[in-house]
Amino acid sequence: MTDPLPPVILFIAGALLVPFFKGKWKAGLLLLIPVLGFINLIRMQEGTCWVVPFLDYRLIFGRVDRLSLLFGYIFHIISFIAILYALHVKDDIQHMAGLVYAGSALGAVFSGDLFSFFVFWEMLTVSSIFLIWARRTEASLAAGFRYLLVHAAGGLCLLAGIVLHVNQTGSIELGYLGLNGPGSYLIFFGFGLNCAWPILHPWLTDAYPEATITGTIFLSAFTTKVAVYALARAFPGTEALIWIGAVMTAFPIFYAVIENDLRRVLAYSLINQVGFMVCGIGIGTALAINGAICHAFNDILFKALLFMSMGAVMYRTGKINGTDLGGLYRTMPFTCIFCMVGAASISAFPLFSGFVSKSMVMDAAAAGHMRIIWFMLLFASAGVFHHAGIKIPYFAFFSHDAGLRPKEAPVHMLLAMGIAAFLSVFIGVYPAPLYSLLPYPVEYVPYTAPHVLGQTQLLFFSALAFTLLLLSGIYPAEMRAINLDADWFYRKGGRLFYRAMARTLNPLNEACERLFVTGFIKDIAHLSKDLIARLSLFVMVSLWILTGWRGERLRMKKTNLYEDIMGGICPVGLGAAAGTGFLVLVFVLMKYF
Amino acid sequence: MKNQNEISDIQNSNSTLHTPNSKRYLFDTPRNVKALLGCFYASLLILLIIELFLHKHPHFAWEAWPEFYAVYGFVACVVLVVAAKYILRPLVKRREDYYD
Repeated sequence: MTDPLPPVILFIAGALLVPFFKGKWKAGLLLLIPVLGFINLIRMQEGTCWVVPFLDYRLIFGRVDRLSLLFGYIFHIISFIAILYALHVKDDIQHMAGLVYAGSALGAVFSGDLFSFFVFWEMLTVSSIFLIWARRTEASLAAGFRYLLVHAAGGLCLLAGIVLHVNQTGSIELGYLGLNGPGSYLIFFGFGLNCAWPILHPWLTDAYPEATITGTIFLSAFTTKVAVYALARAFPGTEALIWIGAVMTAFPIFYAVIENDLRRVLAYSLINQVGFMVCGIGIGTALAINGAICHAFNDILFKALLFMSMGAVMYRTGKINGTDLGGLYRTMPFTCIFCMVGAASISAFPLFSGFVSKSMVMDAAAAGHMRIIWFMLLFASAGVFHHAGIKIPYFAFFSHDAGLRPKEAPVHMLLAMGIAAFLSVFIGVYPAPLYSLLPYPVEYVPYTAPHVLGQTQLLFFSALAFTLLLLSGIYPAEMRAINLDADWFYRKGGRLFYRAMARTLNPLNEACERLFVTGFIKDIAHLSKDLIARLSLFVMVSLWILTGWRGERLRMKKTNLYEDIMGGICPVGLGAAAGTGFLVLVFVLMKYF
Repeated sequence: MKNQNEISDIQNSNSTLHTPNSKRYLFDTPRNVKALLGCFYASLLILLIIELFLHKHPHFAWEAWPEFYAVYGFVACVVLVVAAKYILRPLVKRREDYYD
């Protein structure tokens, strides 16, 4: 057998083959790529491989260790699930974009130097944008452009940081960086943007709900998780991350409660879950890092599961707003059950995957005596159950009967959801295999009686709060509206900037045109038309008057001279005289002025 | 403004979408909803009672308080909803065409 290949090559080669296959063969090819990739992955040895010399540096395309391998496993699993879910899509661009996107994410997690990492980082943005644009609506086009601009800015920031860092240290290795010096701050910020830190986050909640049904599954898995990987690689134990993460867990849940578009609710809860990971990386102990990475693994599965169930609803009904849906459990029972498994997992119910990972971060915060952080995380745990755990399934599948009786989701979608649901339950019931893959040895025991009871109480009583608020009518009704977020600054700000520029630059432009194009140039043209003739007349007429010419004859001579010069037919002597006269004039002017 | 591709992405066959049949489903019967709520309230009570017989080993002092998690979960969610409804929504809610 041949040596393993860099995973990114398999995915990109597969993507390039997609247009040449049709029908069942195409489905086979698409599913084969992640399977082959996975076989390739398990044959990879820990260590450094695929080193390419570049200028004075070494580009490393295969830094294989426990951290990168774990992300490698989950990225392959989720690629398979997302591809299976998207098999009905006839649009090759989406399949290709999805494969290149997954390949770039794999390239990024296995790259051992900042240069190749940066290239894959940018490929993530470029390939993912097509999953948004492929929806082919005006809203998705606009959201895609905003997504592109924000990520381009973040990418430039990262690049500037890398240049400064390399200049400062002379090394392009992607290892622990820590916050020291301007370069590392810029890199930190660049990672943070893709991680959807507060205020930098609206690209996510803006663009993901506008992507195609199947594209959102890919989107939810890769960009933010690669950023989590990068933070875990370069900035573990950075204290700022603890607070950033805690804020990330808390603020999106308020938005999620009042949001109407159910996929946007999930986008907010995606930020909330990434907050737990960021917080864990910030705490930086072995338990916390394990918890963060483990939670990233689980989150990819259950978040994809939730997006898939909402995607199936949207695929069958064409609607996604809470105001338009309701009562779908009647005809989409399997989708409903899978959605509830995802909801239970994200809410960290015992026996579901979120329970075995989220609590590691909570315990790490408690072990570090971080009281406020712990309370914020606990608040977020209750809140996430509230909006993702109850609101999503309730408003889509129960609630009032919207009168919709769509068919159950197609088989391949159900299979994809089934795999994700099975894995979420399996990890929740039997976390040992996943724990054995984590970067540090795990001594953590999730299933202790007080922990199980405490978590169950927390969730059941927040469910009670939901029930009582709903029955009493206090629960905010779903409304057709948009909720302002931090993207207001660039959406309105961008327009303001545009208007301000239009108001100042356009008049300036017009003034310049009046002055130079239609004014000055015209005058010059007018003047230079008969400048020589006028100068000659000036010289000659002075001469003629001095030598005694007057009246009608003088006028005739003037007319003849003017016409001769304009017609270019004056005698050589006259021309020479005019030329000499001009030179004399120039000489006099230069001499005395 | 949806074009052809967008529509083909969504299987919207209106003829089959709105055909409420006479079949009664699980929660169409109020009795079933009541039974579900009854089970839910009973399990809440059981959870509260179990805690009294459980030996805890808390990180923080307040984790040992009786029914801490139950109270926190309930209060947190009420605060969340009230804050979102009465503070956040009036601040950020705009018409759907606000940015158009």
